[in-house]
Amino acid sequence: MAILSKEDAKAILDKVMAMSKAEMAFADLSGDDGGNIRYARNTVTTSGSQKNISLEVSSAFGKKEGTSTINEFDDASLEKVVRRSEELAQLAPENPEFMPYLGPQTYDKAITADPGSMIVDPAKRAQWAAKSIGVCKRGGLTAAGFIEDYHGFTALASTNGLFAYNEYTGLDFSVTVRTDDGTGSGYALRDYNDINKLDADRATGVAAEKAFNSKGAKAIEPGKYTVILEPAASIGLLRTMFWNMGARSADEGRSYLSKAGGGNKQGEQLLDDRVTIYTDPLHKEVPNATFDWSGNPRKKTYFYNKGKVENLVYDRYWAKEKNMPVCPYPSNLIMEGGSASREDLIKDTKKGILLTRTWYIRAVDPQTLLYTGLTRDGTFYIEDGKIKHPIKNLRFNESPIIMLNNLEALGRPERINGHLIPPMKVRDFTFTSLSDAI
Amino acid sequence: MGIGGTILGVPLIGSAVDPAVLLTPIMDAAAKKVLSDVALNTATSGGATYADVRIGRYLNQFIYAREDKVQNIENRESFGVGIRVIVNGTWGFAATSDVNEEGIAAAAKQAVAIAKANSSLQTEPVRLAPTKGVGEVTWATPIEKNAFEVPISEKVDLMLNANAIALKSGASYIDSALFLVNEKKYFASTDGSYIDQDVHRIWPNFSVTAIDEETGKFRSRQALSSPMGMGYEYLDPRAEGKVECPGGCIGYSHHYDLLEDAEMAGKQVKAKLKAKSVVAGKYDLVLDPNHLGLTIHEAVGHPLELDRVLGYEANYAGTSFATLDKWKTGTFKYGNEKVNLYADKTMQYSLGAVGYDDEGVATKKWDLVKKGILVNYQAIRDQIHMIDQKESHGCCYADSWSSVQFQRMPNVNLAPGEEPLTPQEMVKDVEKGIYIAGRGSYSIDQQRYNFQFGGTLFYEIKNGEIVGELEDVAYQSNTQEFWNSCAAICDKRDFRFWGSFFDGKGQPGQVSAVSHGSSTTRFNGVNVINTARKL
Repeated sequence: MAILSKEDAKAILDKVMAMSKAEMAFADLSGDDGGNIRYARNTVTTSGSQKNISLEVSSAFGKKEGTSTINEFDDASLEKVVRRSEELAQLAPENPEFMPYLGPQTYDKAITADPGSMIVDPAKRAQWAAKSIGVCKRGGLTAAGFIEDYHGFTALASTNGLFAYNEYTGLDFSVTVRTDDGTGSGYALRDYNDINKLDADRATGVAAEKAFNSKGAKAIEPGKYTVILEPAASIGLLRTMFWNMGARSADEGRSYLSKAGGGNKQGEQLLDDRVTIYTDPLHKEVPNATFDWSGNPRKKTYFYNKGKVENLVYDRYWAKEKNMPVCPYPSNLIMEGGSASREDLIKDTKKGILLTRTWYIRAVDPQTLLYTGLTRDGTFYIEDGKIKHPIKNLRFNESPIIMLNNLEALGRPERINGHLIPPMKVRDFTFTSLSDAI
Repeated sequence: MGIGGTILGVPLIGSAVDPAVLLTPIMDAAAKKVLSDVALNTATSGGATYADVRIGRYLNQFIYAREDKVQNIENRESFGVGIRVIVNGTWGFAATSDVNEEGIAAAAKQAVAIAKANSSLQTEPVRLAPTKGVGEVTWATPIEKNAFEVPISEKVDLMLNANAIALKSGASYIDSALFLVNEKKYFASTDGSYIDQDVHRIWPNFSVTAIDEETGKFRSRQALSSPMGMGYEYLDPRAEGKVECPGGCIGYSHHYDLLEDAEMAGKQVKAKLKAKSVVAGKYDLVLDPNHLGLTIHEAVGHPLELDRVLGYEANYAGTSFATLDKWKTGTFKYGNEKVNLYADKTMQYSLGAVGYDDEGVATKKWDLVKKGILVNYQAIRDQIHMIDQKESHGCCYADSWSSVQFQRMPNVNLAPGEEPLTPQEMVKDVEKGIYIAGRGSYSIDQQRYNFQFGGTLFYEIKNGEIVGELEDVAYQSNTQEFWNSCAAICDKRDFRFWGSFFDGKGQPGQVSAVSHGSSTTRFNGVNVINTARKL
């Protein structure tokens, strides 16, 4: 019973809410049923499956709150979990920032579950892996990859009348292909809500081509270069902007969005005016749940619009303090781009570097959002509109804010890690040292 | 891939429960043995040539506070069973939260089915190093005070007191947290082992921020605590757990004074706002153990994981520059002759200490780098034959009953210097250098050549004296060059652990807790960059 229908989930949650003796109660019922297969050295290494379901109940008396959980669903167990959360609430210190649980909400209908993706046989995972490995064996290359499929649901309810339900399916695939002599490496990453969209041969072929073409990399001097970032190379840096998008830390003076002297940068032009980034749970390419963990509705929301900071993230407490609407963290990032392909961007580049993947990105200075990281699995030198030769990997120290002010061009967006990001061309990207890693 | 999570982030294993539940045993060892036998018998009946079962109860208590208020108290519990089998030379794994005979039998059958489905792709049949069954045994972290038995009000009072002290001494904000972990793990295998273990870990942590309202500049300073394999006694301040360090800093070993560190943090974070921006160039670095632990982790621990070396982690964490051909020469100079690095899963107070690993192998200590020469790796039962050794090193781990166990980093340590030397005496010999304490930014490439590290506190050293604080410091180096630039190591009086709850590796990703012990160490001529930028 890892996956419950909307009706079955509601029946359990209604029962739980009816049992509550607290001033108010909130419950989160969720379950998942998934599996995975991992391979390396052209052979399967580990594979497994997992089923789980749990119920978490929070009870509140005034500003005192307690939470308890259980994974049994007979009436006695449900009664037990409700009473436990009430007992813990009476023991807890008051939280002056406690917000009453939400009442009824209106949600858009999510499109996160694909009916054909709900049951996956272990043999199917083995077939995907076999195809990926087959591409590499035929090419004299070595594959290491991972495929994970999942089917799950989340349901929320409160004694104030809230009810929310979402069912989702999906699959993540990644593969690293290395040449047998260890001098070349390539990577491909795919993710879908409809698991049948996975073409393991084709994706592995892309990684294999990068591995083959990255053999014999030459060293270049670190410094500032024009770069073309494929989505797998830029997503790591772009995500950092949104982890730091909270209005509260900005208002408190400890964010890149803080203003000297107080306040935040909402409404200010911070990036190149071609940069527009929003979230939209109903986007067909990258759908997501239409509510967050506490039941706040998620809607299409612009965070950067033509380079201006249009919205910051407000949780319910900070929204109340600042008299602002609640704005949840974005569940997906959709960055507008153009119609150019990666090849078009290369064609228009006199001298530059193509980055296909970046790695181990870590914060250096939160004030400027400076991050460091490295290129990986295929880095190429561009001259006169063509890829001339592979180059050795480089360490960068760069801020996404500086990067998106140095924008030269944007290409056609592609799905990456549940986001939609265009390839982009950026000038003066800062590399600080060379790496021998392949 | 390395240390994961945010400053105060924590992996949320399990779900919330009340404190009394955490202290109530769910199932005794006899009942676990009965259920384990169901799993083992079902697996072998289905064709498994080997099977193991882990019945795990993972308990966490997390308390989060900021300034004068507690934000959240979470008591989480996760209980379930993971079953691993070998069929036709291929691994299969399945897990379930239905901890009863029916649920376990179904999971065992599923593990067998998965192994069979994958066996047609198998080109390297699993070779498991023999391990003798140990029968019914127990092991427990030697704690003085079970942190789960300490009243929540006592913990909250301590944290809020520390917060108030930090704010009074100069911090504008403080976020603090107390993480408590208890893994109750029962392991059984077809080798004849039934191992019951009770593992405890603790981590008090905070981050203070100071803001210059006029300029908008802000700086942060993290606690100089470390996560430890201890009970609540870690939070008893005792003189034996304290070391005086350069720059007026205080280092902590197996006893931590939260209130004292909070006061220091408030003063130091304010001073960071006025500190001089570093001039980029070559410096001799004097690295405190609370900083050096992370460098050891990234630049020694990870490159010497055998699964990385062999390519099993190529798709995620990466591979390693420390290849088998280098090791086989017996002369590969990982560092200079001052450098002795060893693994040890038995060290008291350490995060990695257990009696047996998660495939039933008794833990031990072994050398990795001896007098600078690479001598060994970290390997488990199905890998050890690949380096022509017969016994697993005992460093297999899974972060949950629902995760499959695999090779994880043991405690990896830098041996202290043999000559008497204190950190203050070390500084006296440095003409142009920087003393660095505490964890900061960290990044390393996928084969562990090129790294960049920041820190929490930086002090400029000129002609043997600390002359002031520095900011905007990060150092970049190459792993082999770095360990060959080791100039001196303080003696064992200064030996302290740094640790992490969040070492990330594998797909699906798993975390593990690991400690790294060292004494203050000097490295000569390291490249330092200035990280200041303007938006």
